[in-house]
Amino acid sequence: MEVDLNVNTGVYFKAYRFGALLPVLIILFILSASCSNPKAPSGGPAGGQSAGGSQSAADRQPAADRQSAGGPLTVKVGIIAALSGPAASYGISINNGFKLAAEEINFGADVKLTVLVEDSAGSQEQALSAVKKLINSDSVSALLGPTLSTEMRVVGPEANSNGVPILATSNTAEGITGIGKYVLRDSMPETIAIPAAIGQAVKRYGIKSVAILYGDDDVFTKSGFDTMKRTAESTGLKITDVEKFQKGQADYNAQLTKIKSTNPDCVLCSALYNEGAVIIGQARKMGLTVPFIGGNGFNSPRVVEIAGGAANGLIVATPWFPLRQDRKVKDFITNYEKRFGQKPDQFSAQAYDGMYMLAEAIKKAGSADRDKIRDSLAGIKNFDGVLGTFSFDENRDVSMAPYVLIVENGQFRLFQ
Amino acid sequence: MLAEQLINGLTLGSIYALIAIGYTLVFGVLDIINMAHGEIFMFGAFAGMLMSMKLGAPLPVAFLGSVALTAAMGYVLELLALRPLRRPSGNMEGNAGLSTLISTIGVAIILENLSLKLFGAENQPFRTSFGNVKFTIGPVNIYLIQIVILLASGVLICGLALWLKRSRSGRALRATAESPETAALMGVDTKKIITTAVVTASAMAGTAGVLVAMSFSNVGTRMGVSMGLKGLAIIVFGGMGSVNGALVGGIILGMAETLVVAYGDSGYRDAIAFVIIIGVLLLKPKGLFGQNAS
Repeated sequence: MEVDLNVNTGVYFKAYRFGALLPVLIILFILSASCSNPKAPSGGPAGGQSAGGSQSAADRQPAADRQSAGGPLTVKVGIIAALSGPAASYGISINNGFKLAAEEINFGADVKLTVLVEDSAGSQEQALSAVKKLINSDSVSALLGPTLSTEMRVVGPEANSNGVPILATSNTAEGITGIGKYVLRDSMPETIAIPAAIGQAVKRYGIKSVAILYGDDDVFTKSGFDTMKRTAESTGLKITDVEKFQKGQADYNAQLTKIKSTNPDCVLCSALYNEGAVIIGQARKMGLTVPFIGGNGFNSPRVVEIAGGAANGLIVATPWFPLRQDRKVKDFITNYEKRFGQKPDQFSAQAYDGMYMLAEAIKKAGSADRDKIRDSLAGIKNFDGVLGTFSFDENRDVSMAPYVLIVENGQFRLFQ
Repeated sequence: MLAEQLINGLTLGSIYALIAIGYTLVFGVLDIINMAHGEIFMFGAFAGMLMSMKLGAPLPVAFLGSVALTAAMGYVLELLALRPLRRPSGNMEGNAGLSTLISTIGVAIILENLSLKLFGAENQPFRTSFGNVKFTIGPVNIYLIQIVILLASGVLICGLALWLKRSRSGRALRATAESPETAALMGVDTKKIITTAVVTASAMAGTAGVLVAMSFSNVGTRMGVSMGLKGLAIIVFGGMGSVNGALVGGIILGMAETLVVAYGDSGYRDAIAFVIIIGVLLLKPKGLFGQNAS
């Protein structure tokens, strides 16, 4: 081994074991790249398994626990929520919303709900065994959940083929209700929220050109981008630039500098709030001051906490507006805070209304029969809840106008 | 736009270089790759942020505090994860290079999970008045922190090269790198030298952590993994164990990534950067400044 101690070009160390280490390094790269853990409420368009009328033999209807005339109707309801794992922060908010609503409903005299909760841990396998247990061993009349769209891809077909109505309260991916006629949802998809936000901003600011920035390695942010691009094109906005970023990136200056040089009137950004807050912070720092329009992922008070004053000018559309002047909303926030020690978010609000809608449907159906509950649930129109006035459309999907909010002085306000 | 993008690239590049020299120092002496380097960098960033934002310490105090913490972490790392795997002479036996690689991966995993427990999974803001000082030249904004990062990586790298080349302890370190047994026979306290190398490298990671956090205005537990991997790529690219290679490799990678976004497709940011690295390695298998083994 010969060593160059005559340091002309630099200082050297021995490097003879490098050859043996290189393959190890490559493997490590691949491993850590694939393990880097996305903390994302992601979910893609659910595969279009159709209802196909296959009601199968498992049509074991739950024993209708109807007591003799006069007693309240008791119905078993199953909840599937990600109470552990990477999506736990969402799953817990959702489950709290269900819990509060069920307690209030059971306090009344009309319907008694027996609530059974199963943890899906955010994984498809566990969600599937949870739904099988709830349907077959517990014989529930209706299901609420699951937390993630990806979980719904396996849970939805299972519930549908067994003829059990399932109401999703947090799945926002496209095609969820296309799984079958027993699948409903009250969580607003981005295909409603994003066009509403863009439409309002165009009207108010006279926006003519936009640049788009999105995460291209996440199903959720990618689907948000597709909606943004479609909306921009159909609204006749000029797209000056499209930039992408990947998970774990900490420096967005290169993309933002390029966007700035194309001089858009507004930036459409499809990101989760953790990255989104950093992006908007770096954008303001480098002098990109135009409004930002975000998708569902951006809709969190944490954006303001992380980005501070830089979040001013961020526009999002949301089904949940906590500052709405409405007694229901105020009571919900007070009771939720008293019960769980924190403020409810969009997910707890959607879960809360979901449980109430289900109770309403059960009351109308007057029995624990799964088909009757499905029919009266799908027929709900103009339900007045904490989200606002809610109806199901003909595809059992959300039909309601979102609130468009803007961050001003570090607070989400109504954008009119 | 070009001027702004060049500044972005230079800043990113010098950040990469700052991280890469820590790897180089440890690899050069111990012949092992310290996979926990990125996580120590992340702890440095968090320590600086917490001391400055939560405890209200002045910036220099927060900075020194975080360097002290990461240096201590380096010492503990050496004591618990590296020393037990070495023969008393300091030489690595047989596959010891691989077993320490695995033990440092273990430390990295522990630190990553510990950080999730301690700091949470969310990004946290790091706002300092220092991070907002800027000069405007025409349409271009230059932040003082960008200049500081560039200077810091230059000064640290030159200082490191000078120390290794000129000083007595630097010479002892190179001797230990060459052959621990011979160095020990010549009266070099190899144990002390090895500890010094790991502690110095960790302190550099802490320095980089605070500077990067100030420059990006936020810290997150995931920054350790991504930055650590880039640092690793750079030392392969620049030549294992080469101090100059870390600097030049870092700047080239940072520039390449930025220019790919500026004139190409941002979806291929990492891909193109690594294609360049692979291309160079095909032509120069030992890296840009790599020394041919005899």
